Amino acid sequence: MSVLSSKFPALTMGKISPEKIRDLMLGVIMPMVGLVFFLIFWQVGAQNIKTSLGTFPGPKEVLAQWSNLVDEHKTERKREADFYTHQTTRNAEALAQDPAAEIKVRKFSRHPTFFDKIKTSLITVLCGFFLASIIAIPMGIFIGLNQSLYRAFNPIIQIFKPISPLAWLPLVTLAVSSAYQSESPLFAKSFIISVITVMLCSLWPTMINTAVGVAGVSKDLINVSRVLRLSWFTHVRKIVLPSSIPMMFTGLRLSLGIAWMVLIAAEMLAQNPGLGKFVWDEFQNGSSDSLGRICVAVLTIGIIGFMLDRTLLAVQSWANWDKSAIVR
Amino acid sequence: MSQLHLELSSVGIDFPTPKGPFSALHDVNLKIMQGEFVSLIGHSGCGKSTVLNIVAGLYQATLGGVILNGREVNEPGPERAVVFQNHSLLPWLTAYQNVELGVKPVFKGKKTKAEMREWIEHNLELVHMTHALHKRPDELSGGMKQRVGIARALAMQPEVLLMDEPFGALDALTRAHLQDSLMEIQNTLGNTVIMITHDVDEAVLLSDRIVMMTNGPAATVGEILDVKLARPRNRLALADDTEYNGYRGAVLRFLYEKQKKVEPITVKRTEKPAEQFAVENTSITESKQVA
Repeated sequence: MSVLSSKFPALTMGKISPEKIRDLMLGVIMPMVGLVFFLIFWQVGAQNIKTSLGTFPGPKEVLAQWSNLVDEHKTERKREADFYTHQTTRNAEALAQDPAAEIKVRKFSRHPTFFDKIKTSLITVLCGFFLASIIAIPMGIFIGLNQSLYRAFNPIIQIFKPISPLAWLPLVTLAVSSAYQSESPLFAKSFIISVITVMLCSLWPTMINTAVGVAGVSKDLINVSRVLRLSWFTHVRKIVLPSSIPMMFTGLRLSLGIAWMVLIAAEMLAQNPGLGKFVWDEFQNGSSDSLGRICVAVLTIGIIGFMLDRTLLAVQSWANWDKSAIVR
Repeated sequence: MSQLHLELSSVGIDFPTPKGPFSALHDVNLKIMQGEFVSLIGHSGCGKSTVLNIVAGLYQATLGGVILNGREVNEPGPERAVVFQNHSLLPWLTAYQNVELGVKPVFKGKKTKAEMREWIEHNLELVHMTHALHKRPDELSGGMKQRVGIARALAMQPEVLLMDEPFGALDALTRAHLQDSLMEIQNTLGNTVIMITHDVDEAVLLSDRIVMMTNGPAATVGEILDVKLARPRNRLALADDTEYNGYRGAVLRFLYEKQKKVEPITVKRTEKPAEQFAVENTSITESKQVA
């Protein structure tokens, strides 16, 4: 509501001018209209698709599955809480009877719910994206500063850029399985495999766009830097980075989009307990609810992807020196 | 004013082009005394900026060289500060930070933090910009940006101030204002100044000597005019001064009689007259591509 009233102050003040009505139409009503049309189209279309698991779920069924998933999450959390209260009381009783009694504190073996899986997916994608960024941004800067380096790296980048995550996955799996062997691993193997696959696929847009941004720093500013005799480090920090921020963020946003898409595929095959595995498990499960639950996951994936992009956009507005620049 | 300070000794420069080297400058000789104000004037594309860039160390002369205080210079240095035509301030830094960027490498270890701040503020005061220390370039007018550009150059405490059409992009009133400021500053600090200009009045008003350059390719120094008007100079008093107008006439005659630039208005064409009409509607650069 506060967003609405700040965007459309007329709503709260009672005076509505024609321009405000136009803004309201474009800003709120038209997206609603689009959404309603989509829901109608979905409902009608779904009724006409008969699958081996029954009719394709419409909006209503999917909503029902969503509340099922929420309920399952709540039940699971309650079970966990119950388990721990039970354990504490039992231990307390044991101690009261015999102070020397051996006390067992066990961990609840949590069965990951839909929301746990969302969390896993988010952590995995952010790890992969972060790794990719801390490699791609410095590389992009070096490549962008040096024409020869750019020429040397360009063919490699162009060849690696279009490779599908599904092609990387077997290689990554084998490499990780042989290289990452430990009795009590800090991370699950499936997590590492997913992170590396995400990283390999989301390196390139950031690297290329950073390089292009760095190479495009105005000649005048480079001359200024030379005349002021700035050190290499100051040159990069004060001149190169601020001017290439818009391009760099374009790359980062492309990368994050790719990372999120790749992650779902990687989780399906690597069995990392995230949204990808959820979809795969439901598909294998094949109950009458499965299609609806997959639809919930699909919509969730879309909404999270959108929110990730918006978050990065906000970071860009914060990092950019030019606050008046329109970012979209 | 008597000591030889900066010398350009038979400077020539070739730029590589696909059709072989293009000789932009040939045999440019110039001797500049300590504290002298020298203007370079000539038609567009005659290589004035190239001369300045060679002195600044941004370009390397193919032949000859630049000698400052008896030493050859071929890379940029803080003793030769440049004021760029389009101010070239960093848009993400405030006026103060822009000046600071130039000051830091020069005075690192020589001035304390407080001294450095005082020095930066002093230089912005010289150009009358104390009211906008912490504004970014996009909040400043064109004239104010150029003032900050001058402050940035002055703050490096240069022996030679190189100015590439510093007031070219400003309106006439702002320009007059800044010219007065520049005369005042040069009177106080006594820097050697080399300034490129297109403006005959500006050249006569500000300079001790006006170096007139011939048209390229292989441009060189055509004539040198000594301006012996007494300082301080006042633009209003000089407006009707016969001596002033004599200098003005001399520069104008050089530019528009001796070095008259023949710009081809019509373009080499094919025989079809219909195309000629089309060419007239396009700009010169485009029509060159058509030809």
